[in-house]
Amino acid sequence: MIREPLIFELSAKGKKAFSLQQLDVPSKKEILENIPTRNDIEGFPQVSEVEIVRHFTRLSQTNHCVDIGFYPLGSCTMKYSPKINEKLASSPDFMLSHPLAPQDLIQGNLEILKRTEELLAETTGMDAFTLQPSAGAQGELVGMMLIRASHEEKGNPRKIVLIPDSAHGTNPSSAHICGYQVREIKSNEKGTINVDDLSQNMTEDVAALMITNPNTLGVFEDEIKKIAYIVHAKGGFIYMDGANMNALAGICRPGDMNVDVIHLNLHKTFSTPHGGGGPGAGPVGVKRKLEPFLPIPVIEREGNQYFLDIDRPQSIGRVRSFFGNFAVIVKSLAYILSLGFEGLKEISEIAVLNSNYIRKSLEKDYYLKYESPTLHECVFSDKFQREYGIQNIDIAKRLIDFGLHPPTMSFPLIVHGALMIEPTETESKRDLDLFIGAMKQIAKEAKEDPKILKSAPHISYVRRLDETSAARNPILKWDYQTDKVKKE
Amino acid sequence: MSYISLSDKDKKEMMKAIGISSLEELFSSIPEELKLKNALRLPQAHTEQELMCYFGKARSKNKYSEYLSFIGGGAYNHYIPFIVDYLSSRGEFLTPYTPYQPELSQGTLQIIFEYQTVISQLTGMDISNASLYDGASGAAEAVLMAYRIKGKPKVLMAKTLHPQYKEVIKTYVRNVPIETEEIDYSSAGRIDFENLSQKIDEETSAVVFQSPNFIGVIENIKKISTLSHKHQALSVVVVAEPISLGILEAPGKLGADIVTGEAQSFGIPLNFGGPYLGFMACSRGFLRQLPGRIAGQTTDVEGRKGFVLTLSTREQHIRRERATSNICTNQAWCALRATIFLETIGKEGLKEVAWHNIQKANYALEKLCYVKGVKKKFTGTVFNEFVLQFSREWTEVENFLRKKNIIAALGLEKYYPELKNCALFCITEVHKKEDIDTLVEAIDESLR
Repeated sequence: MIREPLIFELSAKGKKAFSLQQLDVPSKKEILENIPTRNDIEGFPQVSEVEIVRHFTRLSQTNHCVDIGFYPLGSCTMKYSPKINEKLASSPDFMLSHPLAPQDLIQGNLEILKRTEELLAETTGMDAFTLQPSAGAQGELVGMMLIRASHEEKGNPRKIVLIPDSAHGTNPSSAHICGYQVREIKSNEKGTINVDDLSQNMTEDVAALMITNPNTLGVFEDEIKKIAYIVHAKGGFIYMDGANMNALAGICRPGDMNVDVIHLNLHKTFSTPHGGGGPGAGPVGVKRKLEPFLPIPVIEREGNQYFLDIDRPQSIGRVRSFFGNFAVIVKSLAYILSLGFEGLKEISEIAVLNSNYIRKSLEKDYYLKYESPTLHECVFSDKFQREYGIQNIDIAKRLIDFGLHPPTMSFPLIVHGALMIEPTETESKRDLDLFIGAMKQIAKEAKEDPKILKSAPHISYVRRLDETSAARNPILKWDYQTDKVKKE
Repeated sequence: MSYISLSDKDKKEMMKAIGISSLEELFSSIPEELKLKNALRLPQAHTEQELMCYFGKARSKNKYSEYLSFIGGGAYNHYIPFIVDYLSSRGEFLTPYTPYQPELSQGTLQIIFEYQTVISQLTGMDISNASLYDGASGAAEAVLMAYRIKGKPKVLMAKTLHPQYKEVIKTYVRNVPIETEEIDYSSAGRIDFENLSQKIDEETSAVVFQSPNFIGVIENIKKISTLSHKHQALSVVVVAEPISLGILEAPGKLGADIVTGEAQSFGIPLNFGGPYLGFMACSRGFLRQLPGRIAGQTTDVEGRKGFVLTLSTREQHIRRERATSNICTNQAWCALRATIFLETIGKEGLKEVAWHNIQKANYALEKLCYVKGVKKKFTGTVFNEFVLQFSREWTEVENFLRKKNIIAALGLEKYYPELKNCALFCITEVHKKEDIDTLVEAIDESLR
């Protein structure tokens, strides 16, 4: 395989991949008098169009992706992203829509946003939605701000947010940025929230419980109503991390479980492509009592006209520029429309079927810490393999040799050596069987030939990378000066 | 439509393997009372053709593209070379996730590394992160970062920082012991230096200002940075129009400590406001306080060069509530587009595009100032935006121009009540001289 250099190493004076039309107004140097300007952007690339195209095409070929194959990253819902949605979102009319255009000229865009809010509210059983948060983590932050604003209005913002020990790391981090202390709630032997522990910790100092349902083990919090009752009785709110909505869509609704605030990840349940790590979108849904606090602007309708309401005195304010990741929202609306109710229900059913098929097929080969029934994902660990000196990272790296993306590793924290598998509904039985076969083979190798796991991957573009020295001696950019010295 | 890949036979076999006879059994852990009793009120499933129809109809209610527009204000219409769309739409870029397994993600990681390099070069800073959501949240993250570094309660913001960025900063610091205060602008349209000198003190963590600022004027970064440093405050420069960095001196060479902003101008369509691309670069000494993902270079077991996500001990998935930020994913695909855009237009191209912007905007400014009833509001040098004051009610001018199919500018009174009948114009390389001349003529007519 060709080793693709950094673009800077291909760069040389005189090459270009772009030409601009002639300047059709007079060129006046004096405009910039007294303003510090730059003569040169040191090291900035200059390459040809062919070089650009080959550079990015070759680099693309070193990526694994959903379009290539199985990608069972737990908690990330790496489902297929329908291609038509890309086309719909990239229509020139949307691409050229200026966010500050007069509102009467962008009624179509506002209608799309409002329609998406309505359909998400119906799907989750919430009363109102904001589409502004750029990603799940920003959704969490907004959700916590709404809760805080509501408590503040009642005269006491409260101090503590309760979070189960199985939660995503963004949960405690978002609560902290919102000015709350985090108190961890223990999981019980079923892997769900320990209700006694919750009762003991639930005081009038607690602003909210952040819960993920199904939780990160893929286990449904079946005592959710009781949990909500305990929290509500002391005046707290239930915040639900909706990252795992792919297990529930069309089956049951967080709103009906007495959840007060939820964020969704449109790039998970609602199929928008993950883009190598963003852009996503993290809409937040609330019950009526929290609606006055939603971030501005809020889209309202008067007759046939939509408009942006910014006159909302109780609002937490603005959380990002303009109105959220519009192009991402368009794709998710297209997805919901393409499915309808039956289709939405089917995604959850098949996602859960696929996950349970994997769980059943591998339960003799890998240790399952919790025996509770699981929905869309299951969490194994490396406990059996550790006997032979093999850790989850070795299993993961060996999977790469089979052309498969490894599961999420070392999360949730309550399972030591975790391997968190979420197949999603879009995978074929053949792909599931390939994965199961590879995992069984690896379990066998762990016993018989552990060295092959320790040294994996063997046939990837690069082999195991030294992450320790990357952090100890950070090289975070290509250095023009060092490179120049090297060349000389 | 359905995107399921199981045949009826597959389903049966799988259910048999699991030991269930119906799909409902899979959900036995959910209490019956919570399960939906009735179908959700969602529209009928749409076919691809019906989807095209639905969105076609929605789009037809948008009329903006029929107008000749000169609005900017933090979202800029620049030409995007076709290969940006062509390359970025590859499935290998669109459909992976965050590069948690570097051996399967070298493409994404190397591109982030190249992105960090070009952002460092443009800003003149030592290091850059892998991106943030947008310019507004970038500015807010910079304020929180400055507070972590300095631990002092006061943050000064230029009044001419993008109004939405100021609002987002205020939202983000609501629950952090930070007081924000605004600094006036002068008749030149730059930070009022006297006002800044009065307000800055030893309790100030940072001075946050935008250049070119919201009203189009290029700030004196060096002077503001020097004063900030005198009071042990950080100089945080926000760049909402980074095309300007093709010609203006890098903020890092003028004393900036953190440079953050919006990189939508780099190959990302207007998209009705998102997704956009927040960027952030800083001095090396602040590395451990930088929020967001960072890619770094390393080697594999055979000594070959490779890239990984690094320094993750700053991040939420390791540090949980003690993380530098709650941010998880960045805007990798937007950063990819920016990287393709910048590497395509290249060193000379970027300089040239910047030059066209400044020349065209200043040509328009000069022409418009000849029109009777039009006054240049600020004397400072502008990049591609400028403010004019009209002798007539701005809304009347605006409505007159609308009839001529022109969206001329953003009225500023709603952002700055004191700027009555003032409007912000933006001219970029996409505007031809004849567009500008059309605008001038129409404005002339509107004031007659």
